[in-house]
Amino acid sequence: MQGDSEAGLHVADVSRRFGRRWAVARASFSLAPGERLMLTGANGSGKTTLLRCLATALKPDHGEIRLAGECLWTHRDRHRASIAYFSHAPRLYDDLNATDNLKVWARLGEYSIDAHSLLEQVGLPPDRTEPVRTFSAGMRRRLAFARILMQKPRLVLLDEPFSALDPEGRTQLVKLVDTLCGDTAVLIVATHLPRTAISLCHHGIHMEAGQITWRGAHDDHPLLKGAT
Amino acid sequence: MRFLRQVLAVARKDLLIEWRSPARISGLLFFALALLLLVAYANGGSTFLLPQIAGSTLWIGLLLASTRGLDQSWAVELERGALEGLVLWPVMPAALFYGKAIANTFVLLIVLLALCPLTMAIYDVGVKEDYLIFLGLLFFGCSALAAPGTLYGAITARARGSSVLLPLLMFPLIVPALMAAAKGCSALMSGDIFNEAEIWLWLLIVFNVVHWSLSGLLFRYVVEDT
Amino acid sequence: MSEKSYAPWKDYIPWEHFFGVVGLCSLAAGHIWGLFYTPPETNMGDVVKILFVHVPCAWNSMLVFTIAFFAAFVSLISGRRGADGVLAGAVETGLLLTGLTLITGSIFARPTWGYWWTSDPRLNTTAILFLTFIGVLMLRVMVQNSERRAIWSAVATIIAYVNVPITYMSVRWMRSVHQIQSSPSDVDGPLKLVWRISALSILALAIWFITRRYRIEKARQIAEAAPPLPEANNA
Repeated sequence: MQGDSEAGLHVADVSRRFGRRWAVARASFSLAPGERLMLTGANGSGKTTLLRCLATALKPDHGEIRLAGECLWTHRDRHRASIAYFSHAPRLYDDLNATDNLKVWARLGEYSIDAHSLLEQVGLPPDRTEPVRTFSAGMRRRLAFARILMQKPRLVLLDEPFSALDPEGRTQLVKLVDTLCGDTAVLIVATHLPRTAISLCHHGIHMEAGQITWRGAHDDHPLLKGAT
Repeated sequence: MRFLRQVLAVARKDLLIEWRSPARISGLLFFALALLLLVAYANGGSTFLLPQIAGSTLWIGLLLASTRGLDQSWAVELERGALEGLVLWPVMPAALFYGKAIANTFVLLIVLLALCPLTMAIYDVGVKEDYLIFLGLLFFGCSALAAPGTLYGAITARARGSSVLLPLLMFPLIVPALMAAAKGCSALMSGDIFNEAEIWLWLLIVFNVVHWSLSGLLFRYVVEDT
Repeated sequence: MSEKSYAPWKDYIPWEHFFGVVGLCSLAAGHIWGLFYTPPETNMGDVVKILFVHVPCAWNSMLVFTIAFFAAFVSLISGRRGADGVLAGAVETGLLLTGLTLITGSIFARPTWGYWWTSDPRLNTTAILFLTFIGVLMLRVMVQNSERRAIWSAVATIIAYVNVPITYMSVRWMRSVHQIQSSPSDVDGPLKLVWRISALSILALAIWFITRRYRIEKARQIAEAAPPLPEANNA
């Protein structure tokens, strides 16, 4: 994780609290364009809070995040379109079908899309007209991923992307993430399945109680060696 | 221009959602209709009294139904995290507000246009002239409810006790608009002898200008979650 | 032998208590004088003396809501938590004063107009103003998160303040049985002085209430303050 280039992502001493508890404390790392990071940790370790700060959904209480040389929070209106954030919430409208959902988001972001092709890419039937409320959890995750495939991101943040997906879906998702990121986007994947994410990532960090307790190359990850 | 395009995209999204689930608008209509009937029955179906209270009852019925509609308008954004998705997409907060407020205005207008003939039948009233002023009162009355209602709906949907809080915040605020719309409609339904309907329409327009601009300016503080 | 040094009294006694003591004393003195030692009014007799409470409460309620408006503005633009404390105090004090205005006005109306309440522009707009700010207060009660509470109640206060000039000008803009805006120059000699004393006393008490409420909010913020950040580890 060298990331000295101004063009990458620089996280310096980022901290965020809820009430009197620091959910993330003094997180610091840097990633150059094209670098990919696996983020692991138990439930409540601060992974989601850190990703939400990186996505500009939360303002850090301390520290700074810089993307392409600019403070991310101060210039968030400019950078948000180039951040693809795949979160626990699917960001879907239950009363609309899959195609309508994608078209709505495309219009809002002024993207030109082929909704059918996007749905095929994520393994959903393109001609299904039932509303999203009839979808299973796995289908909703696939549709939610189709939404972020519209973007041309500089920073890709995936929070538990493999949850609710079958093994075939996971394999498909790994390929799609590769396509989405290309060679230039920074990728951060928060996951409980390091063995699945390992093929995507170059580096790893492990969090406990809001702090980074380990960092290194992805295949040296303690979870992969059986240690916790 | 991007702002206008986003406003239209948000309005179109909301209207599409309403179109796909017509049960919601029907629910609002029947709720308001039930109120109209209850008031008529509670007054013993008096042929003297009912025409005098037709205008005010129509608007109070719409007002009570509107809080339900405004709650629903934000519930669809919160149930699957779409609101945060809109902010991060990004959709400009002011565009989000104006798009939703425009959609809410049209939803309320559809309910009101369906209620009007029913009210005229039940309360034995009619509008015989100044149709343009009447339509203006209907339109600007709905938009007067929609603007502050959309802003406060965004707040109360994420607070405790939202079913009580939205009416508590909204009702005192929209009293001038309610009064203008009700009195204007009542005047037209009784022949507008004093030519006051147009004055009430202007009051309604002033209310709209103030609240649409103020709510649009303040919305970004409501929707960003820091 | 070392000399003991004492900190000055102002480090022990919050400055706002000065306003509280002066306000209470002058209010008591002014109202006792007004009730027992001033002559009755030519037409209305002693009933008019309730206006020593009613009118100053009305004036000060609008002034306090204006303070709330500016506090809301500062709170939104600067994010200063202290402004939220002032906002909380001003909304609650403004509600107290508006409530007193409505009650004393009703007590005055009964013997003079013949009814406790009527559908009148000034009365209606004041009642609506009261309910609007009740809504702001309920919003503060129902939102747990302190940052959201500060932002949302500031937004609601700015919008609610639109009703204040409407209420103030209602007697000029619309036909009303309520008299037009009054000032001390509308009354004679001893009544004028009592009115001024009452208005300034209530203002002093309002400053006292707002500042005490600000201190409570400040204490709450200190209690909720972040614990120190843990030291950076070497990972």
